[in-house]
Amino acid sequence: MSDLQSPTSAAAGKATDDAPTTSTAGANAPSAPTGTGRSFLPQSTLPRHLVVLVLSAVLAVVLLEVSSPYQNSQIATLSYYAIAAGGLTVLTGMNGQISLGHGALMAAGAYTTALFLDADEPLPLPVILLAAIVVATVVGALVGVAAARLHGPYLAGATLALAVGLPGLAIYFHDIFGGEQGMRVRAPQAPDAFESFVQTVSGNNASSTKWLAYVGVICLLITYFFLANLVRSRIGRTWRAVRDQEVAAELAGINLGAWRVLAFVVSAAAAGLAGGVLAIVVRLAAPSGFTLVLSLALLTAIVIGGLGSLLGALLGSALLVFLPPFVTNLGSDFGLNGTEAAQLAPFVYGVVLIVAMIFAPAGFVGTIRLRRMTAKARRGSAAQAKAAGANGG
Amino acid sequence: MDYFVNVTITGLTQGIIYSAFALALVLIWRSTRIVNFAQGSMAAATTFIALALIQAGQSYWVALVVALVSGFVLGALVERVIIRPVEGGPELNAVIVTLGLFVAIQALIAIIFGSSFQSFPTPFGVRGFQVGGSTIPLTPTSLYVIGSVLITMALLVALFRFTRVGLAMRASAFSQEVARLLGVKVGGMLTLGWGLAAVVGSLSGLLIAGGGFVYPAYMDSLIVFGFVAAIIGGLDSPVGAIVGGLILGLALSYVNGYVERGSALVSVAALVILIVVLLVRPGGLFSSTTARRA
Repeated sequence: MSDLQSPTSAAAGKATDDAPTTSTAGANAPSAPTGTGRSFLPQSTLPRHLVVLVLSAVLAVVLLEVSSPYQNSQIATLSYYAIAAGGLTVLTGMNGQISLGHGALMAAGAYTTALFLDADEPLPLPVILLAAIVVATVVGALVGVAAARLHGPYLAGATLALAVGLPGLAIYFHDIFGGEQGMRVRAPQAPDAFESFVQTVSGNNASSTKWLAYVGVICLLITYFFLANLVRSRIGRTWRAVRDQEVAAELAGINLGAWRVLAFVVSAAAAGLAGGVLAIVVRLAAPSGFTLVLSLALLTAIVIGGLGSLLGALLGSALLVFLPPFVTNLGSDFGLNGTEAAQLAPFVYGVVLIVAMIFAPAGFVGTIRLRRMTAKARRGSAAQAKAAGANGG
Repeated sequence: MDYFVNVTITGLTQGIIYSAFALALVLIWRSTRIVNFAQGSMAAATTFIALALIQAGQSYWVALVVALVSGFVLGALVERVIIRPVEGGPELNAVIVTLGLFVAIQALIAIIFGSSFQSFPTPFGVRGFQVGGSTIPLTPTSLYVIGSVLITMALLVALFRFTRVGLAMRASAFSQEVARLLGVKVGGMLTLGWGLAAVVGSLSGLLIAGGGFVYPAYMDSLIVFGFVAAIIGGLDSPVGAIVGGLILGLALSYVNGYVERGSALVSVAALVILIVVLLVRPGGLFSSTTARRA
């Protein structure tokens, strides 16, 4: 593995064994290479991200309007996976902390949303989703304080206990949370403006599925816009410093613990929003929806996409949505019955995690960026050698 | 008072299974510095192999032996094929690989053996002994559980203390480089360590299944409890793992027995215990190593 990763380690500087740099350096390469002149996007971070945000929003509207209702609901599913995976990739990829408890944090957001929507006069949806974020953030801060002192397997085990333990609370307080059956969620009504918007854009029928897909996509775009800016800011740089070189970061005056907690809090906020979107899309908040497999699926998404890359998290989440129907069909074709075929998806997640970690720890996005960086470096050194040869002759 | 004794005995019986499972985690941690999150799934796989044999008409003991042997083979195979490439690399990579293995094996079990609940037999009775006219929860099965874990532990101690292989295994766990210089085949020792750990894990899986129901995810809570027990003990100390398992078993049994509807809170209690231990003594109660840096 070391020879596979040698170009990165050289590029990223020497790193400790603890830091997942070998798997993240490629994904963390600057997304807009400076000075190549090929990029048409603005050089400065905020305008660049704004341009990308507007382009993505237009693309999303087009996608939602040309796709079928079933695909609309798939996009809604994709949006909550991607929001949670985006938060997790900030935590794991940027800050080097692993969390298997994001399913539980999503549960916190989902139950909050369900409780608020259950009121006779529900608050406006953005307020409810904000409440979901706040609750998940508080839970995340509590976990983060404990997690900041842990690393690697200790952290994985502690968050694993969280993922297994927290749904138990929903069963214990079954008067509030509905026990094993969970809470049915009343889907929020689409505003009239939405109907006229869809009418003007495409003339399609503004169904409630479509409205939920729009809600999901809007949340997704806002989250990724925030996270992308955060990652490119001083905060993101500090996180990477904490991840790569604990001692050097501490010498530079960085309070390791506080920054780790902050990473966990930001990540938990994203998970809370994802939980809120999940609740209104699935219309159910139940312990069975937040199993360990959900947390591990999120981990699969960010690992296969490329740890530390938001684009990778998005691609990985797309895999979580579009792969299961595909492999389930494949399994049925090979003569498995329904329940057996349904297990093929987690099986593939597991195999993908193993294979990705052994053969391409930088993930999909990271591996491609690595290739590009290596090729560029090779061209650069070839040019240098040429120049040196000309000087010598 | 009777109730207290009953709850305590139940806790100790459960606790010793957690001990065995924690011991399997510690064995692997000591040799390769990896926490094997796939331990639970691997144990579940061997339990289902045993169940298939029993359903095919074999005796419990044949099934037990086959399950333990297949556990050893599975553990050794996993170390050689899947863990070896990530050994010594970034610790996050190893964690993710064992997690992947965890999901993959669990799903494979569901595909092969089905995901319904199936009852698992026990070779001894599950009726409690009579003491002075009242029934205590100490059953022949719990005696069998305690006995088999104790025998396994004694065998492990004997292996590590009195045999050349055990010495070589301890040497490779202590310092791979030095052991290699002295002619120890470190790679083989690591494979052997994983195999032995998988045997102990399989045993705990079979014991917890005995007299109850098994389904592909039935080890999920045990992996958490085993991990918590190992952390209480410091993850580095076999004795700590055993004591940690007993402490956890007792604590969870009291939560279950004295808190109203406490069974839903058992996992939460394990989480709280874990967090408290990690905050107060991150190295565990029995840690021999000092705090590590970078």
